[in-house]
Amino acid sequence: MKLLIANGHLIDPDAQENTGMSVLIEDSKVAAWIKPNEQPPTDCEVFDASGLLVAPGFIDMHVHLREPGQEHKETIASGCAAAVAGGWTSVCPMPNTDPVNDNAAITRYMIEQAEHAGLANVFPIGAITKSSDGAELAEMGEMKAAGAVAVSDDGRPVPNAGIMLRAMQYAKDFDLPVIDHCEDKSLSSGGVMHEGRISLLLGLKGMPALAEDIDAVRDILLAAETGAHVHIAHVSTKGAVDAVRRAKEQGLNVTCEVTPHHFTLTDERVEGYDTNFKMAPPLRSREHLDAVIEGIRDGTIDAIATDHAPHHHDEKALEFDRAPFGVTGLETALGLAFNELVHRGVIGLERLVEMCSANPARIFGLKGRGTLRPGSAADLTIIDPELEWTYTNADSRSRSKNSPFSGWKFRGRAVATVVDGRVVFKI
Amino acid sequence: MGDEIKLVEKSRIMDAAAMKRAMRRLATEIVEKNKGADDLYIVGIRRRGVPLAETITDKIEALEGQRPLYGILDITLYRDDLSTVGANPVVNRTELDEDIDGKNVILVDDVLYTGRTIRAALDQLMDFGRPRKVQLAVLIDRGSEHRELPIQADFVGKMVPTKQTEIIKVMLKEYDDVEAVGIFERS
Amino acid sequence: MEKPFRRRDLLGIRNISASEIIGILDTAENFREVNTREIKKVPALRGKTVINLFFENSTRTRTSFEIAAKRLSADAVNISVSSSSVAKGETLVDTALNLDAMDPDCIVVRHGSAGVPHQLANVSRAAIINAGDGANEHPTQALLDAMTIREHKGSIEGLEVAIVGDILHSRVARSNIHLLTKLGAKVRVAGPGTLVPGGFSHFVEKGMTVVPHIEDAIRGADVVMILRIQRERQDSAYFPTLREYSIHYGLTNERLELAKTDAIVLHPGPMNRGIEIASEVADSSRSLILDQVKYGVAVRMAVLYLATGGSASH
Repeated sequence: MKLLIANGHLIDPDAQENTGMSVLIEDSKVAAWIKPNEQPPTDCEVFDASGLLVAPGFIDMHVHLREPGQEHKETIASGCAAAVAGGWTSVCPMPNTDPVNDNAAITRYMIEQAEHAGLANVFPIGAITKSSDGAELAEMGEMKAAGAVAVSDDGRPVPNAGIMLRAMQYAKDFDLPVIDHCEDKSLSSGGVMHEGRISLLLGLKGMPALAEDIDAVRDILLAAETGAHVHIAHVSTKGAVDAVRRAKEQGLNVTCEVTPHHFTLTDERVEGYDTNFKMAPPLRSREHLDAVIEGIRDGTIDAIATDHAPHHHDEKALEFDRAPFGVTGLETALGLAFNELVHRGVIGLERLVEMCSANPARIFGLKGRGTLRPGSAADLTIIDPELEWTYTNADSRSRSKNSPFSGWKFRGRAVATVVDGRVVFKI
Repeated sequence: MGDEIKLVEKSRIMDAAAMKRAMRRLATEIVEKNKGADDLYIVGIRRRGVPLAETITDKIEALEGQRPLYGILDITLYRDDLSTVGANPVVNRTELDEDIDGKNVILVDDVLYTGRTIRAALDQLMDFGRPRKVQLAVLIDRGSEHRELPIQADFVGKMVPTKQTEIIKVMLKEYDDVEAVGIFERS
Repeated sequence: MEKPFRRRDLLGIRNISASEIIGILDTAENFREVNTREIKKVPALRGKTVINLFFENSTRTRTSFEIAAKRLSADAVNISVSSSSVAKGETLVDTALNLDAMDPDCIVVRHGSAGVPHQLANVSRAAIINAGDGANEHPTQALLDAMTIREHKGSIEGLEVAIVGDILHSRVARSNIHLLTKLGAKVRVAGPGTLVPGGFSHFVEKGMTVVPHIEDAIRGADVVMILRIQRERQDSAYFPTLREYSIHYGLTNERLELAKTDAIVLHPGPMNRGIEIASEVADSSRSLILDQVKYGVAVRMAVLYLATGGSASH
């Protein structure tokens, strides 16, 4: 079966290409690029991409798909449906399922469920420690063999520096990046929002930026010591961005990601006590948001990841300090990236594609993805950068409706998503 | 209080001199009927009953050489229209410093119309004690056909039959520039 | 949700203006007279239902609201929820909607979590009155404190007010700082560095300063407001011992000497005698703790009246 993505504008930062080009797909691979002056084959289906951007499929390095164990919030199928509707061809679920993805059986189960759904690719992230308890190392080698692409204890970051040191030493043997949600819980425990003027004004317990900074600096020192690849999840503070920038200057193997909500919203949104503005790390103050934007602009921040964290309506309809942390994000990420970054001139389209596709593929070592060079996987995100649209929670494909962006208007979205040569989403 | 309504004066029914004469007559009648100023308790109903009650108290003192007791009722908390849309009554202070038990209370208000204000004033008075007798003095009585409750005035400055669309305004120097009574209509 | 006409919430002092505060205080002044009558009851809120929804124990505040409602002839219903909504398996929103279905006119809510009154106000048709939410606000306490201060000092504008103690966890302090600075007082706060964090100096735009020592706050003050210190803060390493706290941060006669000679002392209660306030200060004529309780009823009558339909006095 052949599919021609015709007359689009191809942006492939990995191949250093940014030009008018048709892409020919055969089976699940990119077969060839066809220049505007060349004659396309006639024996194929045609997708007219005139006026649209054609990019290598976007890879979300950080999602929570809740399966197994919390299917009332999300399933791998519903999460993947939300993913492809947001333009993501691959998602990397964190291991905080129930049970925790700390062994190859669960890793395999997740991949099988994704294959069954037949929408996005799922590349699981395994746990660093068994049950993410921060004590004994999980079977990283076995999980890698089963398809895991990184390890992390995400929301329950390893508190003990000695264990983290050994985790990095061990993960390095398997070329597994160690992802850390940087939060020293001895500084942030009980906190429900960023600590600052707003938390004082609202009478809510704060989570200081310091809690993120200290853990980020610790991890970078450990990366320097071990030579392991450390990936800092969802950076949200000036201190963490600065620490990563210095680490890169020193040539350390340190990368990081940012979420759309952290480059869009500040802690002032918590006013009104809407629990859809409660997440970890919390929305920070303007000073931190500015530092995050600067990190995106200067390249310190490698990737955009959603930290899509679905929670059931009943779980969020609680007192602010009792509601769980997390917001959904798969369907709004690209709209926010256009609104807040592209249209404001923070980054260009090429860098957007790099942050959503080429870099995530490089960081997780996903061979044949993050680029559309002939021979690569036929994962494509097809974007109309001018399309105006409104997101509402009611229309979300996710099982959960806990996005703070319901009702937001955007300019720019994915109009079609192609995974393994099949159009899995199209508006 | 409430929305500002444009009113046009149709006719003036009392000027300052006429009001003064009416007040003097009211004071005289009160003293005559109650046989002096003993045990009299003159109580003005906020707002426009208050200056009138003060004037009557002064005049009774001049007539009898003895000043009757004097007080103020704010009936806001006793109104029956607190929950109807549009009413946003402001609470002011009730000042009944002397005990009303066994006294001859003269309630004083500017205009008697539906009788509902007087009902509220009576209820409030009863919460303060057990007066021997309560009588009502008003400067203007708009006529019993408007009454919504079985209430009549004992002392009336002037009887002014009116239509429901008309508004009687007693203007007092404490609140208005002039001292007069006029009939107004919405423009 | 659209509130029926004239229903008004009191969620905090922070989101109301100086003139609204003065309107409530003036109305409360006029309600004081009702509380001196032999029959302390007026029919103003006859037929209205006021629910006192208390998720935290507070005999005094609940009683004060209950008396206020009853003196206005409202039907007051007390609901004490000892366990949280989570423990009952019911969400906060469910609780609110269930109460709302019974058509109360006003819900007075106290909760250990900041923001609960705001969340209820979003889903309930009743007027919501905040009777204390977590460490956020306790607006009627600040109003009764202001009434006490006005009674003794005439006006709040230009007064120097010291607020001493656990500012970080105190909703009383927050509401008072908003109220006093809005009305033009100069507020100085002091307490252990763990309980008066550095960021607090930006709490309000103007009118408040954080000073290093309790003595700096009290010196020259017209009003000294002492906050209750909670024992459990000792367990979380906010201060070493109650003994040390009383020595370094307790209000003694000696420290009170630094204030103006006619300074008054306020405490939101209940007091820990001998810890944040020495008994001789608590029992002195400068201490107006019982006046605060007395004015609490008038303030709550005014708030209930205004929340369910009346206009503020002016």
